[in-house]
Amino acid sequence: MSGDAHHAADGAAHGTLRGYLTGFGLSVVLTAIPFWLVMARPLAASHTAILIVGFAVLQILVHVVYFLHMNRRSEGGWTMIALIFTLIVVAIAMSGSTWVMYHLNTNMMPPHEMRSVP
Amino acid sequence: MAAPSELSPIFGRLTLDALPLHEPILVVTFLVVAALGTLLLGAITWFRLWGYLWKEWFTSVDHKKIGVMYMVLGIIMLLRGFSDAIMMRLQQAIAFNGSEGYLPPHHYDQVFSAHGVIMIFFVAMPLVTGIMNFVVPLQIGARDVSFPFLNNFSFWMTTGGAILVMTSLFVGEFAKTGWLAYPPLSGTTYSPDVGVDYYIWGLQVAGIGTTLSGINLICTIIKLRAPGMSLMKMPIFTWTALCTNVLIVATFPVLTAVLALLALDRYVGMNFFTTELGGNPMMYVNLIWIWGHPEVYILILPLFGVYSEVTSTFSGKRLFGYTSMVYATVVITILSYLVWLHHFFTMGSGASVNSFFAITTMVISIPTGAKLFNWLFTMYRGRIRFELPMMWTIAFMLTFVVGGMTGVLLAVPPADFVLHNSLFLVAHFHNVIIGGVLFGLFAAINYWFPKAFGFKLDRFWGLVSFWCWVVGFWLAFMPLYILGLMGVTRRMRVFDDPSLQIFFVIAGFGVAVIFVGIMALLIQIGVSIRNRARLRDATGDPWNGRTLEWSTTSPPPEYNFAFTPIIHDLDAWYDMKRRGQEQPMSGFRPIPMPRNTGAGVFLAAFATVCGFALIWQIWWLVAASFIAALVTAIGHTFDYDRSHRIPAETVAATEALRTRALAAAE
Repeated sequence: MSGDAHHAADGAAHGTLRGYLTGFGLSVVLTAIPFWLVMARPLAASHTAILIVGFAVLQILVHVVYFLHMNRRSEGGWTMIALIFTLIVVAIAMSGSTWVMYHLNTNMMPPHEMRSVP
Repeated sequence: MAAPSELSPIFGRLTLDALPLHEPILVVTFLVVAALGTLLLGAITWFRLWGYLWKEWFTSVDHKKIGVMYMVLGIIMLLRGFSDAIMMRLQQAIAFNGSEGYLPPHHYDQVFSAHGVIMIFFVAMPLVTGIMNFVVPLQIGARDVSFPFLNNFSFWMTTGGAILVMTSLFVGEFAKTGWLAYPPLSGTTYSPDVGVDYYIWGLQVAGIGTTLSGINLICTIIKLRAPGMSLMKMPIFTWTALCTNVLIVATFPVLTAVLALLALDRYVGMNFFTTELGGNPMMYVNLIWIWGHPEVYILILPLFGVYSEVTSTFSGKRLFGYTSMVYATVVITILSYLVWLHHFFTMGSGASVNSFFAITTMVISIPTGAKLFNWLFTMYRGRIRFELPMMWTIAFMLTFVVGGMTGVLLAVPPADFVLHNSLFLVAHFHNVIIGGVLFGLFAAINYWFPKAFGFKLDRFWGLVSFWCWVVGFWLAFMPLYILGLMGVTRRMRVFDDPSLQIFFVIAGFGVAVIFVGIMALLIQIGVSIRNRARLRDATGDPWNGRTLEWSTTSPPPEYNFAFTPIIHDLDAWYDMKRRGQEQPMSGFRPIPMPRNTGAGVFLAAFATVCGFALIWQIWWLVAASFIAALVTAIGHTFDYDRSHRIPAETVAATEALRTRALAAAE
């Protein structure tokens, strides 16, 4: 197992041409739609913003599945565990920061526009 | 930031005025450093050591040598960080009754900022990483880490960061902002000089190294364990190393991102952390502590592992509560990510936020307490040998408990409103970092030194160092607790109230005693090298150890183990000794090992030059060094000849030598 210290370990999933092309196609579509939404403005600004965030999340999923070959089996499940760990860490950091900053904003910001510092 | 018109196209902001020729303290320091440096470089040239150092050490991908180089870096930087401490203590001890002391404000502010940055990033981190690098592959029965080249590169990036911070002493200046460089103070409005830029780029360069070495060690622990070593049969030090590296990989990207945002604010006039145009400096404080709090656990967790190994070895018993120890470590790892706000309770969060983070903080004391009881129960009815590592461990238990309790006290928001930003806080974190991290590192150095070099460290000078550090620590920091309770704030340069002076004088004495302790450590190493014949350990197992690293020679051969060991039990080596495992004498096979490469040194050198150029805004040099680094990195990927084979005869000869040494020792 540790006989060859720098030998590539087996068990990682490898992509196929078909997989890469599907991924490429999907990410192009998922990029083009938000561009169109912003340039043509068929919807209200707030809806556009929400949709763009939605497409960004989908984009991440496409990259993770088709380019990073994420599935439950590769590396004996360690890649999946690493992904779940990353998601938890990101969720903690983002939700925690939002909560903290919301509080600071409510409690500390003066009600009127601050005079700018020299 | 200098106006564009002042920016020289060749030298950027760098002019002769950047050399601090008008500061006598710095000029003298420079002369001393230059003299010693010339002496050292001269000696290396005189003894024709450059080739040896380059071939055997600088370009080495051997995890043991890289570990030793980390330790050397950490100890050198400890001397720098400690001289800052002496300067601060001296200043505070004399700046009373109208005296201004001897440090002008802009210099004093740099000294305390540099002290914090250096001690955390370039002393504690290299020493901890060095120990993990050296010990982890040996403990899991591996021949090297997963990515040996990456390991070498990580080390040189850390060194590059250290070089940038040291450069700030003589070219330009360092940050005057405290060790975390909070905006708006660290923005261009209030810190227009290069100090904060040295801070940013020094940490960015070193941070890349730390992140990569974290990834490397996680992979090593997960993928390269000897057959039979399931996760719950892993030595406890390896467990703590795994958790620490998980924390490194989870949090260092946050530091990198937040410093990149600060750099954008400073260099291209963005407004992430300004008080204008929608920016918010509190976001910086929030983000940097999302990294900063796990960072202190990154430092302490591996040392908890060291204490566990040491207690078990020197009590002659299996570690009490191994499973609970593992779970306690994992729980601390997770909780450490949920407590960051306790560093800024007073900055305006509401009661609900403060209570949440106060409770998570206090909860951490439960697994930590469980660990302490496990150590005590391991010692209970054990046959304790008071060797140096064990003495450091006992000193740690007594000291750290006090630091832990003041920590829980600070975790109570109402108490924190009184004590925050005071010397009480300063005393608290020195109490846990010196009493926890540093004592653990000294335990580890005394414990694994014979493994690394084949001879034990001198006991007499070890004892001198031990007592000076322990006594010095209590003398230096108990007065700060008292001062903090009386409301004295940190980072003060002069004091009005003469009744406080006595406390600072006592603290100054404490630092003097610690100075003797550091000198004794250096003397201990020197004396041990001189008396190495007498201190020699031929068995490879000087302490009657329990884990795999003691099963091979001291120092271990390049390939660590002639045959990959097979693990049947926790405390694998103790199990092998109990079952009377024989040293294999024949059947050796050639061993493929990674080949040394200079690519890491060059890459890190280019990155360091790039950092320097960014600090002084020498844009052509930024571009040139960046492209050079890119070309080197791409070129290195075409180097297919990465490994060499150690012939079976060489392995057989090495192992025969060991068998003879073992026979002679018996």
